[in-house]
Amino acid sequence: MQRIVFAALSGGLFGAGLFLSGMTDTRKVQGWLDIFGQWDPTLAFVLGGAILPMAIAWRITAKMGRARLGDAFPPPPEPKLGHNLVIGSTLFGFGWGIAGLCPGPAVASLSYGGLGGLIFLLAMMAGMLGTPALRARIDRLAA
Amino acid sequence: MQAEWVWGLAGGLIIGIAAVMFLLINGRIMGASGIVGEVVDGSNRPRRAENMAFIAGLIGVPALASLMFAKGDTHLGAALPLVILAGLLVGAGTRLANGCTSGHGVCGMSRLSLRGIVATVFYLLGGGLAVLVFRHILGVI
Repeated sequence: MQRIVFAALSGGLFGAGLFLSGMTDTRKVQGWLDIFGQWDPTLAFVLGGAILPMAIAWRITAKMGRARLGDAFPPPPEPKLGHNLVIGSTLFGFGWGIAGLCPGPAVASLSYGGLGGLIFLLAMMAGMLGTPALRARIDRLAA
Repeated sequence: MQAEWVWGLAGGLIIGIAAVMFLLINGRIMGASGIVGEVVDGSNRPRRAENMAFIAGLIGVPALASLMFAKGDTHLGAALPLVILAGLLVGAGTRLANGCTSGHGVCGMSRLSLRGIVATVFYLLGGGLAVLVFRHILGVI
């Protein structure tokens, strides 16, 4: 039960931060990606502001050993990069640029994003469902 | 207009605190694409309730904020076929790369993960290229 309460609190705080920072406004996101036009630096402050507390938290994990509710902390990421990381991130970025929404803000703006936002969200979920097939195809090509 | 970076920084810090809470209390990486993806494809059943609670908070608080303070607006301007294309790319791309702006960008980069840094470089390149092509060359966004 505690896990569920704290998950809801984390999600709620995440949503508050996305709302306040302007990350659910596609104009700001596309403005940040528009280095050849009217460049908007706001997103750098959002990312910087979010990384700061997390950089401290990762140091604390070493001292804590285990998370408050008993779980082991996420292991260090694999050093291996792999083609799926590069291909997937590039595809994601391309979609991010076209619409100006990434997964967090797409969900956070559900109540005020209108029909377009809902359609984006449904397409995103469809893309997620199609990923195992896509991954198998890419792995076959890469092998 | 001048104060927008202040809101960006304040909102960013709150996003960071949310990620800290999820890490130090639940022991998990706060990655939006992973949390949504696990619910959508039905993987990781034991975490399903927790993921749903996270999503409920993520939808509920901005909904309340939009009602009580300033009406939220995504200003989503792209035509419907482009919105669908973008959604498909974001969904498939983030699951293929195992992370998005929150997981790779915030949680990965803050622990100096090479995977997080490489992912961030490539999604920024992809995003910059998309805006260049669709806004400045094709003029459709």
